[in-house]
Amino acid sequence: MIDALYQKDVMRLAASAKGAGKLPTPTATVTVDNPLCGDRVTFDVVMDADKRIQEVAHTVKGCVLCQASASVIGAEAKGETAESLNAVRDTLRGMLKSGATAPTDGKWAALVAFAPVSGHKSRHECVLLPFEAVIQAAKKP
Amino acid sequence: MTLHRPTPSGPGPQKPLFDVAAVRAQFPILATLIHGKVPLHYLDNAATTQVPDYVLDAVRRHDATSRANVKRGVHTLAEMATDAYAAARTKMAQYLNAFDEREIIFTSGTTSAINLVANAFGATLAAGDEVIVSELEHHSNLVPWQLLKARAGIKLKAIPVTDEGRIDVAALPRLVTDRTRLIAVTHVSNVTGAITDVAAVVRAARSVGARVLLDGAQRASHGPLDVQALGVDFYAVSGHKMFGPSGVGALWGRGEILEVLPPFLGGGEMIRTVTLQESTWADVPARFEAGTPPITQAVGLGAAIDWMETIDNVAAAAHTAKLADRVLAGLRALGNRGVRVIGPANMERRVPVIAFAVDGAHPHDICQMLDSHGVALRGGHHCAQPFHERNNLAGTSRASLALYNTDADVDAFLNGLDDALSKLT
Ligand SMILES: Cc1ncc(COP(=O)(O)O)c(C=O)c1O
Repeated sequence: MIDALYQKDVMRLAASAKGAGKLPTPTATVTVDNPLCGDRVTFDVVMDADKRIQEVAHTVKGCVLCQASASVIGAEAKGETAESLNAVRDTLRGMLKSGATAPTDGKWAALVAFAPVSGHKSRHECVLLPFEAVIQAAKKP
Repeated sequence: MTLHRPTPSGPGPQKPLFDVAAVRAQFPILATLIHGKVPLHYLDNAATTQVPDYVLDAVRRHDATSRANVKRGVHTLAEMATDAYAAARTKMAQYLNAFDEREIIFTSGTTSAINLVANAFGATLAAGDEVIVSELEHHSNLVPWQLLKARAGIKLKAIPVTDEGRIDVAALPRLVTDRTRLIAVTHVSNVTGAITDVAAVVRAARSVGARVLLDGAQRASHGPLDVQALGVDFYAVSGHKMFGPSGVGALWGRGEILEVLPPFLGGGEMIRTVTLQESTWADVPARFEAGTPPITQAVGLGAAIDWMETIDNVAAAAHTAKLADRVLAGLRALGNRGVRVIGPANMERRVPVIAFAVDGAHPHDICQMLDSHGVALRGGHHCAQPFHERNNLAGTSRASLALYNTDADVDAFLNGLDDALSKLT
């Protein structure tokens, strides 16, 4: 139910706004929109020679869930590749779809906070949108 | 086209005095417990209104006793279905006060009604002709004209919106030119609730010989209409926003205009003769109703109109206006916590559709939290992105009332909002 959806962990993640802002010299910037609600997420990344994320920053015009998800990425995405982030997103999507609760190991464990979103299909996209943006940014040539 | 006024078709349900408890009792869904425990407070009527037993029963009765395809059969059921469909057309003609019932074209809703005009009337426009919309439009009265622009090279202009959230008709004399062929605007905004000054729109259009289309989606549930008095040329409505089924709506168009327009969709029922290479068109409205229409849904919509006629509209409007005043006052009282009404501040020339923004809180979070109080709101851009962008808003939350709402709904909304604000801001 609702109180689970907005439990402390999610509120805290959103408020922490890890990685919020802009990078001075990003190697790629990607903005994605959620046409349903008008939410907009922009990710700046600096990629290293191995196509790993060296630096990451985001600006979110969106709900608490979207902000919290972007915040997890802001905290954890360094060192990841587009492929590895894709795998994280798949696990996250699986968790949202099936309601399974413990999808991710150590580094991405914070995503468990989104498990209660599973029962609210209309909100899945809010959590996934920042992943879409950062993956697209990491893929950009 | 000979003009004959539609005649009333049999007695509808009995007309009681307006009694909100009695009205509510006719809407089974209003007894729902949300999450199995909190009473539903349905304040999303601008998106879809609920359906009374009278309509639910009519829909079931039609399919249980008279279901058949219309027009093309001589067997008994086919005749019953054809009659029921024709009766629904008559009721819609009366509700809108059309000149003639043949001016009613059943569509799947407002969107398809506007697309019909953008294609059929649109086919008569030439490159450089102008269509004027407004910044307040629902996407369904914007995108069809953008498609026409791409197809035919028309010029698309937009009437600005006042800070109060009204279509700024004062700008119209500067916008119309001798190339203006149509002004297509909303009768009532689905965001700000503002009622458009239609007389000013018609005046501006007539000054250059242009036609007027009104998007009536948000007006249709608020009592009978009079397209003759409005003086417009096209009017579009949706059944699901006027206590009827989804999947049906109507376009009214002036007979003399419809008669000379080409069809939009081709198929069965809309032709007079067909050879392999070409066809001739049926008369209106059949010309614009290709294929099997939404028969059961139209019958349900006819029943919804009968049902609305049992309501004392003046009393119902006073009832919802009083509730809306409470909503507006409650939102105003939360001004020091970042709450802002987006639209006219009082109930003058507006319907009880009330959008608001909250500094630092996203509409989806607000709506989700209100849901835990059983309150159904809508959040987002309400398919009116240009308006939200003009106001620098990612989205708004919206409470929209219907005649079955009560003080308890307003209380639940204001208490729930207070709770949401304390958690979110
Ligand atoms: C003002 C307005 N116009 C058009 C529409 C579209 O109606 P429908 O989706 O029933 O075609 C709506 C419904 O949301 C509306 O509020």
